[in-house]
Amino acid sequence: MSARVRLDRRQLLALLKGMKRIRAFEAKCAELYQAQKIRGFLHLYDGEEAVSVGVMQALAPEDAVVATYREHGQALARGIPMNVLMAEMYGVREGCCRGRGGSMHIFDRERRFCGGNAIVGGGLPLAVGLALAARMQGRSGLAACFFGEGAVEEGEFHESLNLAALWRLPVLFVCENNRYAMGMALERAESETDIHAKAAAYRIASEAVDGMDVVAVAAAALRAVEAVRAGEGPRFLECRTYRLRAHSMFDAQAYRPKEEVEAWRGKGPIVRFQKWLDGNGLLHPSDLAAIEAEIDGEIELAVAFAEAGTPEPVEELERFVLMEEVPA
Amino acid sequence: MPSLGADMEAGTLVEWLVAPGDVVHRGQTVAVVETQKGAIEVEIFEDGKVAELCVPVGREVPVGTVLARLEGAERPLAVPAPAARPEPAPAAVAAPPPARRPATPPGARHRVTPLARRRAAELGVSLAGLAGTGVEGAVRLADVEAAASAKPAAEAGAMRRAIAAAMTRSHAEIPHYWLTLECDLARALAWMERINAELPVARRLMPAALFLKATALALRQKPGLNGYWQDGAFVPGPGIHVGWAVALRGGGLIAPALHDADLLPLDALMEALRDLIGRARGGGLRSSELGEATITVTSLGERGADEVMGLIHPPQVALVGFGRIAERPVVAEGAVLARPSVRLSLAADHRASDGHQGSLLLAAINALLQTPEAL
Amino acid sequence: MSGPQRLTYREACRQAMREAILDDPRVFLMGEDVARYGGCYAVTKGLAEELGEERVRDTPLSESAFVGAGIGAAMDGMRPIVEIMTVNFSLLALDQLVNNAATIPHMSGGQFAVPLVVRMATGAGRQLAAQHSHSLEGWYAHVPGLKIVAPATVEDARFMLKAALADPNPVLIFEHVMLYNMEGTIPDGTASVRLEGAKVRREGGDVSLVTYGGSLFKTLDAAEALAAENIAAEVIDLRSLRPLDMATVLASVAKTHRLVVVDEGWRSGSLSAEIAARVAEEAFFELDAPPARVCSREVPVPYAAHLEQACLPQPDAIAAAARALVRPS
Repeated sequence: MSARVRLDRRQLLALLKGMKRIRAFEAKCAELYQAQKIRGFLHLYDGEEAVSVGVMQALAPEDAVVATYREHGQALARGIPMNVLMAEMYGVREGCCRGRGGSMHIFDRERRFCGGNAIVGGGLPLAVGLALAARMQGRSGLAACFFGEGAVEEGEFHESLNLAALWRLPVLFVCENNRYAMGMALERAESETDIHAKAAAYRIASEAVDGMDVVAVAAAALRAVEAVRAGEGPRFLECRTYRLRAHSMFDAQAYRPKEEVEAWRGKGPIVRFQKWLDGNGLLHPSDLAAIEAEIDGEIELAVAFAEAGTPEPVEELERFVLMEEVPA
Repeated sequence: MPSLGADMEAGTLVEWLVAPGDVVHRGQTVAVVETQKGAIEVEIFEDGKVAELCVPVGREVPVGTVLARLEGAERPLAVPAPAARPEPAPAAVAAPPPARRPATPPGARHRVTPLARRRAAELGVSLAGLAGTGVEGAVRLADVEAAASAKPAAEAGAMRRAIAAAMTRSHAEIPHYWLTLECDLARALAWMERINAELPVARRLMPAALFLKATALALRQKPGLNGYWQDGAFVPGPGIHVGWAVALRGGGLIAPALHDADLLPLDALMEALRDLIGRARGGGLRSSELGEATITVTSLGERGADEVMGLIHPPQVALVGFGRIAERPVVAEGAVLARPSVRLSLAADHRASDGHQGSLLLAAINALLQTPEAL
Repeated sequence: MSGPQRLTYREACRQAMREAILDDPRVFLMGEDVARYGGCYAVTKGLAEELGEERVRDTPLSESAFVGAGIGAAMDGMRPIVEIMTVNFSLLALDQLVNNAATIPHMSGGQFAVPLVVRMATGAGRQLAAQHSHSLEGWYAHVPGLKIVAPATVEDARFMLKAALADPNPVLIFEHVMLYNMEGTIPDGTASVRLEGAKVRREGGDVSLVTYGGSLFKTLDAAEALAAENIAAEVIDLRSLRPLDMATVLASVAKTHRLVVVDEGWRSGSLSAEIAARVAEEAFFELDAPPARVCSREVPVPYAAHLEQACLPQPDAIAAAARALVRPS
């Protein structure tokens, strides 16, 4: 392990802002969902923000990212502009996928964001391929692959870990273990609940971190990325976290007690980090006000952008089913 | 089996359009019969309920055979046409019908492939009764094309025999006399042109309509030439049903009736004439159109001979002919002028009328054609 | 490489891959036993020795992972050729093919293409029983976003791969197992073929026999037998199953007015059903007989030779189907 990460006040405030930005954006999404501006499935990330914000700050622009269907946080943390993200949820042509993907399928070629994947486990093989391409082309980039602990139940998880390790490919596997695969509790689905231990079976170095601690996640991610870049093959990071909201918008949450959710809410990544910053004299009241004002302004603009969006013409429906050329 | 013409001896039932238990009404088409003139739809002349179909599809039966019985009806469904007379046929006419197996069993759908149906419409081939050699007995392209190429020859053969029989009888039995009259058409054609200028092409009048209407109206004045010679006496026609002679493309001749031609306005008459000619050539005539003419009119149009000296179609007693329309020298207003004219002719049965009556009929037709606006 | 050349279908496949890997640094081959073993059907024999195991990669038995890896690599600049040993095994990668390869270009609004080629063996005839013998290409032909081709001649086996690699879309190439030993002549090693478009392999005016892949030569045999009876059958090799070149099929039906589809897939919900339906929709008034189909019997393909042969479309049955339309009764 290399030296512990050192973060200055500016970087710490950026982590706070990153998390609060995701939280506020999604609160707006929930509101817009109920106002029927956003439809389909909407999976919110409330409680898991530290994972994306912590991991993404360790990545470089040349790295590729494969995300899940609960990927608003991953997308925002990677730098996808909030307005094209919101427009995509509105299903308009100004959206990043011109209204074809929606909440679960955010893509951004420029930021090498290779899609929210809504088949649990389906993204892992893609990450292996992206890493293989980087290696065969002699590029330095790695592929970071986000997935939930439910993906561990799928064969594709095991096949992909094995292949990445076998070929020593530059993949960073990031498991967002929020303890529930939809309604299925981890201990009801897995004989071995220590997920990071499974990586050992493929001889992949792994680490479990407190996914509610953004600094811990950031530090662990930096360590892992450094190892991958050094050519040591894939790394595995298990971020233990908790989903504070329902699985999707229509979920009575009968599978977990309310007290459990309340208990976790007190340990939420934002409240906890903010308290820590405060206690260490790193957060001035004016900082907080400025951060919140900036976020509110950004959300307002994103909503206005999406509201002003135009529907993709139906004549374009079949466009991109088959490509005419490979985008440069 | 109705007699659909004086020369018809037998017919093959090719399709039943009703089944036992069906309620039928006068005028309804109940069956399709194949004759030497093609497939003809058989109308029924009574209301009632079908009790029994007596003749299966595919069987050839002589005229007069009971085809079906109506429940409660005294009369079987034999439908004697006015002109039908059970008269022994000349031996020559007893040609066997073409050996065709029925296309489909009774009650089954008559199968025709989509291509065959399309092609039949293009060729004007009637699918009724056409036997199929395709999958599951469906009529297919080859059947339609065979029918289209076989039709003129085969039918001309049968039709030739029928015409031969009728005309032989006419020439042998009827003491004809013939009259002609030249008729100036300048006014009639000029009037027609003015009318046509206002009409779409499909509805324009033709000289034939004027001839037909003038003849029909003239017959009102001279009813002694409109009817039948039956059992040694003249029987007046029940109406002025003008048989219009239609030359068929494959050769041969048919003269289906335009009922009550004197009562139809000129435009309706033109329409009826177009329809009748189309159906005569396409094989869609009704039985009532084949046996009920009370006189025949033939018009040679703008080409052909100058005049017609025709033979009467028995048992009718007259035939009116219109020769070629042409510019001819006409003396008018003290000068010789070139004007369009037509030679009008009459062939009449001397047993039923004399030359004087015939002459008056031609004069009446001529007079009517000089005041076309009154037609 | 110039001048006519006589070779087997297997050799044609191998030459095509060798050429592609040598010509383009983005191209590589991966799959089960493609390197040291030389390929289950010996198609890739010798390639790893010549080209190295970086470009000719043996994979673990992880269809989903290596097909998905092919997709990921294709999204980021590579031109992978992925070999799946047989179509039955491709079901283990169905998620990657249908949920990712076929959707990502459209779902991403055209930001990502998946220029991937997947080759696999298909079909019966080698007594390999029910888990190695099915013809499931019709399933894949159902999916928008995929291109499905079935080279049935040595020439297509030799040159379709190049066209597939040049295409910006995922292309699945189905090679019928009974064709690998077939010999044929190609005009020239530098020739080329189109990826799409059906070909009339034999002309005739009485009935159109539409087929592809391993059934092509059975259908040509049937056409030969029909010719002896004065029935002129036109044989169309679809070549591409998606997109379907219906223009060629419809033009033939407009000439012959009769259609027989020969498809080694099962009849129910099959590619043959699709072709018959489209002909009924688009050429109804050209039909002079009901469309007919000769397909595999609806059983899992069994091991015993006589049972296996009884499952499959055979020249006799194809000729009988055609005869029944041209000369019924």
